[in-house]
Formats: sequence, structure tokens, C-alpha cells
Amino acid sequence: MFDLAFVWAALIAFAVLAYVLFDGFDLGIGILFPRLAAGAERDQAMNSVAPVWDGNETWLVLGGGGLMAAFPLAYAVVLPALYAPITGMLLGLIFRGVAFEFRFRSTRRKLLWDGAFAAGSTLAAFAQGVALGALVQGIPVVGRAYAGGWWDWLSWFSLLTGLALVVGYALLGATWLVWKTNGPVQQKAYAAAWVTGLGTLALIGLVSIIMPFLDPLFRQRWFSWPNMVYAAPVPILVALAAALLLVGLSRQWQRAPFLAAVLLFVLSYIGLGINFYPYILPPSLTIWEAAAPAASLQFLLVGALVLIPLILCYTAWAYWVFRGKVSATGGYH
Amino acid sequence: MLFDALLLARLQFAFTVSFHIVFPALTIGLASYLAVLEVLWLITGRAVFLAVFNYWKKIFAISFGMGVVSGLVMSYQFGTNWSVFADKAGPIVGPLMGYEVLSAFFLDAGFLGVMLFGMDKQGRGLHCFATLMVAAGTLLSAFWILAANSWMHTPVGHAKNAAGQFVPADWWSIIFNPSFPYRFVHMVLAAYLTTAFVVGGIGALHLIGDRSNPGARLMFSMAMWMAALVAPLQVVAGDLHGLNTLAHQPAKIAAMEGHWQTRAGQPLILFGWPDMAAETTRWAIEIPKAGSLVLTHAWDGTVKGLTAWPPDERPNATILFWSFRIMVGVGLLMLLIGAWSSWQRYRGQLTGSTLLLRFAVLMSPAGFVAVLAGWVTTEVGRQPYTVYGLLRTAQSVSPVDRAAVAASLVAFIVAYAVVYAAGTVYMLRLMLKPPQLDEPDIDPGLPQRAAGITPVPALGEASGRE
Repeated sequence: MFDLAFVWAALIAFAVLAYVLFDGFDLGIGILFPRLAAGAERDQAMNSVAPVWDGNETWLVLGGGGLMAAFPLAYAVVLPALYAPITGMLLGLIFRGVAFEFRFRSTRRKLLWDGAFAAGSTLAAFAQGVALGALVQGIPVVGRAYAGGWWDWLSWFSLLTGLALVVGYALLGATWLVWKTNGPVQQKAYAAAWVTGLGTLALIGLVSIIMPFLDPLFRQRWFSWPNMVYAAPVPILVALAAALLLVGLSRQWQRAPFLAAVLLFVLSYIGLGINFYPYILPPSLTIWEAAAPAASLQFLLVGALVLIPLILCYTAWAYWVFRGKVSATGGYH
Repeated sequence: MLFDALLLARLQFAFTVSFHIVFPALTIGLASYLAVLEVLWLITGRAVFLAVFNYWKKIFAISFGMGVVSGLVMSYQFGTNWSVFADKAGPIVGPLMGYEVLSAFFLDAGFLGVMLFGMDKQGRGLHCFATLMVAAGTLLSAFWILAANSWMHTPVGHAKNAAGQFVPADWWSIIFNPSFPYRFVHMVLAAYLTTAFVVGGIGALHLIGDRSNPGARLMFSMAMWMAALVAPLQVVAGDLHGLNTLAHQPAKIAAMEGHWQTRAGQPLILFGWPDMAAETTRWAIEIPKAGSLVLTHAWDGTVKGLTAWPPDERPNATILFWSFRIMVGVGLLMLLIGAWSSWQRYRGQLTGSTLLLRFAVLMSPAGFVAVLAGWVTTEVGRQPYTVYGLLRTAQSVSPVDRAAVAASLVAFIVAYAVVYAAGTVYMLRLMLKPPQLDEPDIDPGLPQRAAGITPVPALGEASGRE
């Protein structure tokens, strides 16, 4: 079990989780952008992520590139199946990415780029959620190819997961702003964190209730003995994280809400992992069926094991450099 | 059907990769240029080097950001539109591109922030080191991407497994495949020339207004050295690359030259119109036997014509013939400006000729034209294969509806039109400002960030804001 394919599955799962957490809060700020007043408030929110957002997004390239290298068959099946959501995500990321740069270079069109930032962030988040929902629902595979139509991704469930990710990212963004700002932006962020926090908890609950009915595989994971015992800590910890979030918000703690939101994401992700493993595309492909030959996995693993820890180190260092509150005008300067 | 899913997928790839390649071509060159400027500044201490460094650094940041955003699209397109290719060639192309992402992520992300924002905070030595590492990072990115691309042209070092996948057998020969060294050198020189002509054109533009502007003089002078030295070098590299192509992809050469019949003493066709249906090059203006001389270095060398291959094995000669001539034509103009400027320099009047300056301004986008024409030549020339001789393009495409490919193509065209128009405007706006001797650094109040940056200003101040 503990072989090259497993190591690579763990690495890619880690890259995707890193992406979701890191880019989640800066996408969330884009989602909340319309709630902030044009001008200083938005500048402050944006400055709180400007130094780090691009590094955050690179995890997505690493996840996608890693998937193609390590699990080419999964990559080849998933992307055609999720054609529309992936395209939507890319378009959203293009607009929000350039908006970081362009809105500070333009005075007349600043509001336009504000709009592009908000719309692009929301579209990217929604598309990622839809893609996740479609993945959970299962992708038909015949031979070595996707065998469905190009609207198959669309269902009430994938729309629900799309909504869930938008709300969840907004929670990450709101709690990030609670941590990193003060004044009116922080007060608005507390209010937004309440709404999106309750929304996120409700949606996590809803999706968790629906999922076991989608696939007998998932049901078996959670409700058969002794799996139940192994899986039980996840919902218990979710309840604790939820409590931390709500207490933190009502006592106006500054850092705990973000920590709680991150915990909720990590636990939901682990929950998904429990559903999925050992499949990379349940119920069609296991990680071993989709894995590239050992020569490919080994070759790239050398580089990944050297460089990813280094990347993590200087990422931590960059966040350390930009610790503390951000001001409305001067960024972290 | 005129626009089937295959053609639409090819158009989408051509469109997005063409937009993408423009930015790396500039960033690779600019990164090295910035490194040279900073090293010269550290050695000589002359303020003008720092001024020009700061001037181009701002443009570099925008170009880098746009390159990363368009690169993100590329990295997912292999799956959305070319899933069968991704499945079959993924075990080989995937790890090569994986190394590209890792090394670019590491070197660029780690040091770009220091380079862009850290001059005051990090000290000159560390800052210069960061600039050198960014330059090395861009070259390393090019190394891995071109290794993957070259393997698709001259695939070696692999086996096939039961599932029909290409499986790596020998990584060394996969990376250093027969066309890789030539393509890598040719592309890096092209990126350097592209940058040189942008820098030289902008320098010339500001010299026309003010001959004494020291920053503009430095830009123009350095760029003209590049034109004089690198353009001839590029001709040699291009010729070697062509001979390598003749050895491995003779059909591509036949299409580029408009040769249809295999014969000894092929003419060199200067202009004409290759007609794919009629299997002839119409209205050809040719030099007898010179084609064989160029390709085989012998007057009577035998050179294959396109009819040596069945019609479904031929690349599109009409496109190749002309894209190749555009690239060569631009290259000749580059040689001309290199020679002209050397003559002016020899006479001690480098900036004396307004005509030369105007010519340089006109030539500032020349490198982009040549790069695009060159890539069209090599990529269209690989057709009808994605992995040359082994995997056909028609068998590489995703099982996706035509409507989906068409819709996403339109969406990308609209999005790129908006985004790149705006980005180009912002870059041009910076370039239209004359360089100042006290050229300001990037405005510290401006959170201008390109992808993968972890900037490092204000270590002390940041912590003071709790």
C-alpha cells in the first residue's frame, strides 16, 4: 500500500489542500469585495493578501502539473469531464489575477477592475466547488477515457457544493480580514464571518448528510463497523472547530476565527479523503490504476522532495515577514 | 464540417500558446538583461546602470505576471482539450513539465520578491544574487519546457506499455533528445534578441526626443551590441537547427522550402505559393541548385520533396513556407540593423542617425514577430503528429463536444482581448516615459505583484503594526 503511487497521491492531496487553504482566503476576499466600500476599505483588504496571493495560486499549478505527471490517466479523464467548470475557473482566475496589478495602475477604471476581481474570485470559487461536486458524484469511464457528456457536471448537488465553496471561501476571507485588519474593515469582516460561518456549517452538514446516499461506497465508509470508529473523530472535531468559530466571533477574538475556519476546511477535506481513498475517481479509478509508471514517479519525486520543503519554508518566512495588521494606505510598509 | 472539434481544439491551443509565448520571450531576456545591468552597476558604481535597471524592472513585473496567468491556462489545456495525449505522453511530458513548475516556483517565487522589492532591505550583494537566481530560474523553466517540446518532435528514450502509454526508459536521452540542444539555444537567443529589440527601440524612441538622455543612450548602445553580435550567432544557430530538422523531420523542411519533388540540385525558392492540392509551388521565384547547397552543403545534394510522403503525412506547406520566410525576413532586418549600428558606432556616431533611431523604433516588436513565426513553423511542421511519427494529432484530442470547445475558445479570445489589451497599455505607458537618472524604484505603496512572489519589504515595520 505504501508505495510510489501512494506517496504521490499524498503529495497531490497535500498540494490541493495547500491551494484550497492559501488561495481560499484570498479568493474569499474577492467574494466579499462588494461588501467593502470602494477606495480605502478595498485597498486595505487587497493589501492584506497582495504580497502572498500569487504564491498561493502556484499551488494550483503544482496540483494540476503533479496530477498530469503522476496520474496521467486521472488527469486525462477528469479534465474533459469537468471541461466547463475548469474553463470557468481559469477565466475567473485570469481576471482576478490581473486585477491585483491593474486596479492600482488605473484611476478611471479602478471600479471596473474591482468588479473583475470580485466576479473573477466568485466564479473561480464556484467553479471549483462545482468541479468537486461532480467528482464526488462520479465520472463515467470507458476504456481510458471520459464517457459522459459535457453537461454531466451540472446537477443540484454540484451546484450545492459550488455554493458551499463560495460561502466557505468567504468565511476564510472574512476571518482572515478579522485577523489582519482593524477599524471598519474588521467590523464588516466580523459581520460577514457570522453569516458565512453559519452558512458554511449548515452547508457542511447538508453535504455530509447527502454524500452517503450518493454512493454505497461512501455509506460503507461511515456507517459500517469498524470504519465508524476510525471515522468518528472527524465529525467530533468538526463540532469542536464550529464551537471555536462561534465563541471566537462572539467574544471578538482576532485569530481564533481564522484558525477555526482553517480547521473546518482541513476536517472536511479529510472527510472527503475518507470517502475517496483508495480511489482517485470513485468509483472508477484507484490511485494505482491511474498512476504513471514507476520511472516517471521516481524521477519527479526526487525534485518534489527537495523543493517542496524549501518552498514551504520560504512561504512560512514570507508570512512571517508580513505578519501583523495591514493599514488602509501603505500596505505592510 | 469545416470547424470540427479537432480543428477548434488546435485553434484554441494555437491562440493561447501564442499569447503565452510572447511574455516568456520577453521575461527570459529581460531577466538576464536586468542581471547584467545590476552586475555592471555593482562593478562600476555608475548610477545609469541602476536607473535603467529600475526602469525595466517595472515592465518585467507586469510581463512576468501575465506570463504566469496565461501559463496557468496552458497547464490545464493538455487535459481539457488533449486528454488522450495527456494519458499517453503524460508519463514522459508530465514529469518534465513538473520540473518546470517546481524549479520556476522555487527560483522565481523565492527570489523575485527580493529582486522586485528588496534592494534597500537586503543589501546589494544579496539583491544581486536574487536577480541572478531569477535569471537562472527563467532559463531553467525554458530548459524543461523545451525538453518536453523537443521530445515531442524527436521522441527517443522511451518504450510503450500495454496501455499504449509512452513509458520513460532513459531520462537522460529523453531530456537531451536530438533536437533539444538546437531548439534550446535557438529559443534562448530568440528571447535575448526579442528583449534587445524592445530595449533598443524604447531607447531609440527617447533618444529621438533627447539625444543626451544617458539611460536611453545606454539602452540603445547595449541593444545594438546585441543586434550586432547575437543576430549573426542566431543565423548560425538557426542553420544548425534547420539541418537537425532535415535529419529528423525532413517533411517539415520540404514544406518550409516549398519542395514537392525529390531531386538532386533542389532550387532555393525565394517566394511563391505552395498549393497543397496541386502539389506544386505556384509563381515560384527560385535560385537553381541553391536549395541543395543550403540544406546539404553540396550543389548536387539530393533533397526530398513533399510528394515523398503520402498526403496525410504532410504538414501544411502554405503556412510553413510563409511563416518561415517571415522569421527569416525579420532575422535579416535584425542583421541589417546590427551592421548599420556597428558602422555608426565605428564612426563614433552611434546615436547620430535619426533614420537609424526611427528604424530601431519600428523594429522594437520584431523579436515577437520572429518568435511567433518560428514557433508556427516548428509546431505546424510537426503535424499531423503531436508526438512525431508516433501519435497523431487527430488521435490526441479529448472526447469533448465541438460546442464545448467552440464556447471555451470564444471565451478565451474575449478574456485575452480585454486582459492583454489592458496589460499592454500599462506596459506601454511605462515604456513611453523617458528613463530618468534617478529612476524611481517600484512605488512601495503599490502592491504590484507577479505570480509566485513573496516580496520582502519592511521586515521591521510590518511587525510594528499589531
